[in-house]
Formats: sequence, structure tokens, C-alpha cells
Amino acid sequence: MESQTTYNYKVVRQFAIMTVVWGIVGMLVGVIVAAQLAFPNFALWDGVSFLSYGRLRPLHTNAVIFAFGGSALFATSYYVVQRTCQTRLFGGPLASFTFWGWTLVILLAAISLPLGITSGKEYAELEWPIDLLIAVVWVAYAVVFFGTVAKRTVKHIYVANWFYGAFILTIAVLHIVNSAFVPVTLTKGYSFYPGAIDAMVQWWYGHNAVGFFLTTAFLGMMYYFIPKQAERPVYSYRLSVVHFWALISTYMWAGPHHLHYTALPDWAQSVGMLFSLILLAPSWGGMINGIMTLSGAWHKLRTDPILKFLIVSLSFYGMSTFEGPMMSIKTVNALSHYTDWTVGHVHSGALGWVAMVSIGSLYYLIPRLFGKIEMYSTKLVELHFWTATIGVVLYIAAMWIAGVMQGLMWRAVNADGTLTYSFIESVERTYPFYYVRLLGGAMFLGGMLIMAFNVWKTVGQGSAKDADDAIPAPAAH
Amino acid sequence: MDINDIRAWQTTILLISFIGIVVWAYSKRRKSAFDEAANLPFADEERHQATIKKENLS
Repeated sequence: MESQTTYNYKVVRQFAIMTVVWGIVGMLVGVIVAAQLAFPNFALWDGVSFLSYGRLRPLHTNAVIFAFGGSALFATSYYVVQRTCQTRLFGGPLASFTFWGWTLVILLAAISLPLGITSGKEYAELEWPIDLLIAVVWVAYAVVFFGTVAKRTVKHIYVANWFYGAFILTIAVLHIVNSAFVPVTLTKGYSFYPGAIDAMVQWWYGHNAVGFFLTTAFLGMMYYFIPKQAERPVYSYRLSVVHFWALISTYMWAGPHHLHYTALPDWAQSVGMLFSLILLAPSWGGMINGIMTLSGAWHKLRTDPILKFLIVSLSFYGMSTFEGPMMSIKTVNALSHYTDWTVGHVHSGALGWVAMVSIGSLYYLIPRLFGKIEMYSTKLVELHFWTATIGVVLYIAAMWIAGVMQGLMWRAVNADGTLTYSFIESVERTYPFYYVRLLGGAMFLGGMLIMAFNVWKTVGQGSAKDADDAIPAPAAH
Repeated sequence: MDINDIRAWQTTILLISFIGIVVWAYSKRRKSAFDEAANLPFADEERHQATIKKENLS
């Protein structure tokens, strides 16, 4: 039923289903690029320009971050903001516009990146016409979200909405500033900023894409879905307030740690390193708040695979937000930078935290969107959990070892000052780890396929008509 | 005023506002409001119970 007495579940359903689809597509491209590194001369891609590593790698990052992660955020933020504000989404057809607009952005990315049309800025590769479209869709998203918060029928704005709101606002600012291009042709623009300033703007954007897109927003998810699945309110609401302000005001300044030992002024590098170290405090404060929500209900972890996904995702979040500040220390960075250690760190965050918290939330969300109380098979959720967890562990352990080995080989010098190893020797020694990484990544993708089957069956048995989308009548106080 | 004075003031103001947020968040006055807010995810569940009943009957 569609009316002002029901929540808008249609757009949530669309984004939730597409999260699974884009997850499979994006992770499949990831497995392909991992296979390319392990088997560079395989006939399928050898010499084919649009299948080359340099073009597929940005396709992978864009697909998993913005298509998979983005859809998960649209779906959950629209669901959470409606249910905790107890009002239907603001803006009528505007919500539907964000879905179709975002889908168009993803399709344009899937065409333009393999064709080699790219701005060359990491996580912002799309050329200026697509950037304009993103800006329009994002403004519409902000109108829908903040409009809904403004017309809420309850007194308070729940903390999850603060996190989602900060994410929407910050991404708008980051995207517009970093995408300042001088268009030359329809498919080529040049950055507005010169030299080292361009690099600094890019990593101010790049690190905050991690900080606000991949962290703050998914913390919003955590603050709603963990209490719901554990059936108890968050451990400390007060801590969540301090967590919010501390996290958002610290993240902004950590970007320069991506540019250690470059042309960026030394003081800026030190600022980036210091703020990255400070970040450990709010990150762990939030993680502890999420995990401790289970206090008094730890036994639920034994039987509930959805809670396992959510709580293990926080464990990976804690690990990677400890690892990140350590890697931002200049002397550690001298060893880790440009090696596969960075790749391992990113995936401990992206697979372990972002993907697993999204998957857990979706397993909670999807049955409710189709009038069911749980997924078709809880056993398959359990199987997915173990496949995914073992996959991530294989992946990140392989990349840690490979990265430290590469860093040590690259810096080794002989007594006369010459390099001990040539670059290609370090590549050769990395092969075994590339095989393990490929296996870990393929396992994670396999888990997503199990999920797709389970979702297919759940949707088939349920019906959108039966979903619990009634807005409660305003409570008499 | 020297730019370093501005930097020192900025740090001081940020530290004071952080302490202010912590004091505000943990003050007794905010307790009931925060308890109410913390329960918002559970405030709209009436009809869900109805669905569970329906599923148990069928």
C-alpha cells in the first residue's frame, strides 16, 4: 500500500536488492583483477585493452564502494530515518529519482571506465559530466533525508540519523570541491588545482571518502541494526554523542598521511599523522559502544548468525582503525607505503567492516521488506558468515606478509649503497601471496552468491504487500 | 595578532568545546532525554507483533 499512512518501502526494497546485485558484480571484478595479478599472461585478458588491470581496478573500487556500499547506505538510511522519525520519506518522487539517478551513474561508470575515460583521481575517476549527475542526485538525497528528519513526529533525532546526516553533508562538500574541473571535451576535464595542492585536495577527499562514506555512514547502520538485532538499546547513548562529535571533527584532518615523503610540506604531513593517531580514540569508543550493546545478551552470538556478522564487523573495524593510525606514523609508512600491506589494510576495512556490517543489516532488513520475519534459511546465513570470515582472514593475512616482505626488499641496500633487490624480484616473491589472496577473495564472492540465493528464495516466499509498513499513530503523551 | 596566536586560540577553543560536549552529554539533566532517544528504534513496533501472530497462525 502506498499512502501517507505507510512508510516508503519501495525505494528501500529497490536499493536493498541492488546492493546484493552490485556486491556480486563489484566483487567479481575484484576477483578478476586479483586473478590478473596472479596470472598476468592468461589468454582471456592478455592484450585486451578494456580488460586491462589499469582499467578494471578503478571499476572494481567504484563498483564496491559506490554501487554496493552506496546502495546499502541509501537502503538503510531511508529505512532508518523513516522508522526512527515515524514519518514517510519527504519529497514524494524525489526518493525514486535518487534510485534511478544513482543507477544511471553506476551504468555510466561501468561503460566509461573500461573505455579508459578517467580523471585519474583515485576514488573520483569518473569524468566531469558524470560528476555533475552525481552532484544532482546527491542534493536530491540530502533533500529527501533532511526533509524527513525535519517533519519527524517524534521529539529526538536518533543518533543513527546524526551519523547518516553527517555523511550526506560531508560527501556533498567533498565531491563538489574535489570535482572542480575545467572541461575541455565531453570526456576530458582538467583539475582546477595545480600540483601539490591538487594532491592535497585529492587526499583530503580520498581519506574523507573513507572517513565519511565508509565509516561514519556505516556507523549509522551499526547504531540502528545492532540494537534491533540484539533487542536492547545501545550500550551508552551518551558515549554515542561524544563519539559522533569527536569522530567527525577529527577525520577531516587525517588526509595528508596519504602523502608522506612527497612534495607536500612537512608540517602538513605531520598534522595528518597526528590527527590519524588521535582518531584511534573516537574509533575505538564507537566500536566498544557497539560491541557492549550485547552485554547481558552474549549468548545470542552463539545462535544468531546475523549478530555474528554485525559483531565480527566491529572487530574488523577495531583492527583496521588500530592499524590505520599505526601506518600513518611516518617511519612505519616508510615501510608500508606502496606495498600490498596498504591493500590488506583497505580490505580488512572494506570486507571485514563495511561489507560485513552491510550484509548483517541486509539479512535483518530484507525479510521485513517482504513481510517475513526471517530469511528463507538461517543455516545459509551461517554458512555465508563462515565463508566470508575465512575469506577475509586469508586475504588480509596474505597481503600483510606480502607487504612487509616487499617493503623490506625495496629498502635493502648493499654495503656499497646499491639496491640489494631489483623490483621484479619482489614481484616474483609475491606470487604465492597473490594466489592466497585470490582464494580469499573468491571465498568472499562465494558467500555473496549464497546470499543472493537466500534473498531470491526469501523474496519469492514473501510479498511486498505483507510488509509491516504502517506508520504508528502519533503517541498520546 | 600573529598567526601563531590564532593557532593557539583555535586549539584552546576546540579543547574547551570538546570538554563542553563531554560535560553536556554526561550531565544528569540530559539523562531522561537520552534514554528516550535511545529507545527510538523500538518505539514503532506495534504492527510487527501483528505480523508475527499472523505467521504463527498460518
